[in-house]
Amino acid sequence: MNKKNTIISSITRRTALKALGAGTIVASGALPRLGGYAQAQSSEPIKIGFQVHRTGIGAAYGRWYDRTTNAAAQRINDMGGINGRPVEIIAEDDGTDPKRGAEVVEKFATQHGCDIAFGTLFSHVVFGSAPRAGELKIPYFVVSEGHHVASGKLNRYTLQPGITDVKSQVQAMAPFVSDNLGKKVTMIFPDFAFGHDHRDYFSEAIERQGGEVVAKIAIPPTETSFTKYFPNIPRDTEVVYHVMVGPAVLTFVKELGEFFGPSRPEIFGFIDSLEAVDINSPGLEFLEGTYFWEGMPRYAQPDQTSHDKAYRAAVGVDDNGASTSDAKDVSTFAHMFGCWETLNIVKKGMEAADYKGPDDRAKLIEAVEAMSDMPLSDDHPQGAKLFNGKTHQAFGHQYISKVKDGRLDLSHTTSIEDTFYDDEVDYTKQPF
Amino acid sequence: MDFGPHFLIASLEGAITAAILALTAMGLSIVFGVMRVVNVAHGEFYMLGAVIAWWVAHLIGIHPALGFVAALLLAPLLVGVLAAAADKLILQKIGYDPDRTIVGTIGLLYIIQQSTLMTFGPDARPVQPPFNTRLSIPWFEFGDNGFEIIWPWGLGTTSYKLFVIFAAIVILTGLWAVMTRTKIGLIMRATQQDNEMARAFGVPVERVYAWVFGLGAALAAAGAVLVVPIQQAHYLMGGDPLLLSFIVVIIGGLGSLPGTVIAAIFIGMSDGIISVFFSPTLAKIIATLVVAMVLVFRPQGLLGKANP
Repeated sequence: MNKKNTIISSITRRTALKALGAGTIVASGALPRLGGYAQAQSSEPIKIGFQVHRTGIGAAYGRWYDRTTNAAAQRINDMGGINGRPVEIIAEDDGTDPKRGAEVVEKFATQHGCDIAFGTLFSHVVFGSAPRAGELKIPYFVVSEGHHVASGKLNRYTLQPGITDVKSQVQAMAPFVSDNLGKKVTMIFPDFAFGHDHRDYFSEAIERQGGEVVAKIAIPPTETSFTKYFPNIPRDTEVVYHVMVGPAVLTFVKELGEFFGPSRPEIFGFIDSLEAVDINSPGLEFLEGTYFWEGMPRYAQPDQTSHDKAYRAAVGVDDNGASTSDAKDVSTFAHMFGCWETLNIVKKGMEAADYKGPDDRAKLIEAVEAMSDMPLSDDHPQGAKLFNGKTHQAFGHQYISKVKDGRLDLSHTTSIEDTFYDDEVDYTKQPF
Repeated sequence: MDFGPHFLIASLEGAITAAILALTAMGLSIVFGVMRVVNVAHGEFYMLGAVIAWWVAHLIGIHPALGFVAALLLAPLLVGVLAAAADKLILQKIGYDPDRTIVGTIGLLYIIQQSTLMTFGPDARPVQPPFNTRLSIPWFEFGDNGFEIIWPWGLGTTSYKLFVIFAAIVILTGLWAVMTRTKIGLIMRATQQDNEMARAFGVPVERVYAWVFGLGAALAAAGAVLVVPIQQAHYLMGGDPLLLSFIVVIIGGLGSLPGTVIAAIFIGMSDGIISVFFSPTLAKIIATLVVAMVLVFRPQGLLGKANP
């Protein structure tokens, strides 16, 4: 009897304490929140959901997209923010996985209350996430290069204003390859959406130049050993065109060199095959004299613009394209400028739309769609661009560099017009 | 490329896959044979071997050969010690119950993988091979001038790749000698045949289990150290070897060491050759089909004993 009483009384005391504790938490949690709302929107930050490849096969890109994005946000905040409000980057790892990508977009829209989603690179993640962004009606600014935006396969909420797409890039490369390197091309590319863009649009473009693709070799992006694919390169190949992604890119290029030995054909690569990899790594000596497409020249060139200089300083990249704090940490320089430029476009768009909050998302998209000329400036250090509001895609200069003395020296710059193709969609006709 | 040189290059690539696979699968097979434990974390011990190899080579960093030799000695040792500790701390506590060891090793898989991600990071990192000369391979043909020696385009390998095959053979021969010619091997075989009887004869079964679990992991790590100068160390690299090791061990017969070697050569070579002539996906499809056929028609595997 006595025992029972003790138990009952102790339970009561504990319950009471719990209730008290819970009350305190609720009160302390709720009060500042009310205060926050009372302060209203004037100083509330603009929340940009940043979908970042922290892990998975895109991790090297993710690390540098992260640094570039933070540097761009810092610069915007130093200049007074957007419409007087600071920018807050809310980063979430998508594991370079399409399924997780869609979940991350959903988290941005419903859980974090982000104004926009931004930053995705890998095309399969864009493909996986864009439909969810459209359903949730959150503007989704991708930095991916894939042709999927301009192809019309996505929706009005998905835009790619800060980086050019594969179709325009390869189309601008084809005349250079056929005039300078050769007409018979073997393509080696990763076997997913991004690689298929290369395969389809480069084949078309080289045929228009009177050349032909003699073999198409698709390699799964998770592959780790490559020599077994190379015997499929036909003997009459004049140019090997390579583009590869994923953690094993260094192995890919090394084994390519070991395969050919001293008698290699001409080689033209997309720098994707060596993004975040030092061009002077052991085993890459055979690349001397080969050519690379670069979205933006990794090595500072003799005619470096002040914009390139300021951009490198802000992100923390030295003249060799590596981190200023660790010369071995090579950046993904040919792609990451897209994050910087996209955020500046978002700022301009929000200012033009007088963006106040999520209710103005449609106005923001219309404001970006209305843009066209983007001149070379600190906001656009990669070069001038033309934005096509109908296809939601930017067009710009492409760079071709030659490997010389272990450096990438710019040898040809295409015009913006070289990259144009007919519109395949008019997103502005789609309802919000 | 002509059929002959093409086939030769396919066989060479297949032989490298087979060599690494034989080491990795042997680790899995020994652990299952002696302990009856299905070690799902085996691929992560492999990955850990590669990551430690990078770390050791990076720390030493004087000459690539020195770093590599140090890695080849240290990485399997460290991984083995870690695995033995995991056996003491986890598997022994759950009494080697088959269901619970599977769940336990799945947990171990995630712990090792995510700890590596948090410390080593998500990047792929290269280790320099101690030597790496490209060797061109000659071929012959009967042309207009009769018998000729030619040097076909692209037909070649590297000295390091040949070394990998050689090193794997040496390690496996050493293992065979230990298992059949030493007292340690005798104790392990006794434990495998009947652990209660072994205990009755004074064999410290718990300690043997810890050693065997460590040895299995060390073999996987050794395979990874050999492969890391060709590929690169990456925190997700353990998935494929785990799958292929299971395929090999099932075909060869769970716990049968010669069966494991035969199956590793078969799977490695067919993977190399089918990948080159058709597609890597077809190679995986065929390997899986062979596993299914073996399970239907010879559930104990090629050289396994029925009802062990």
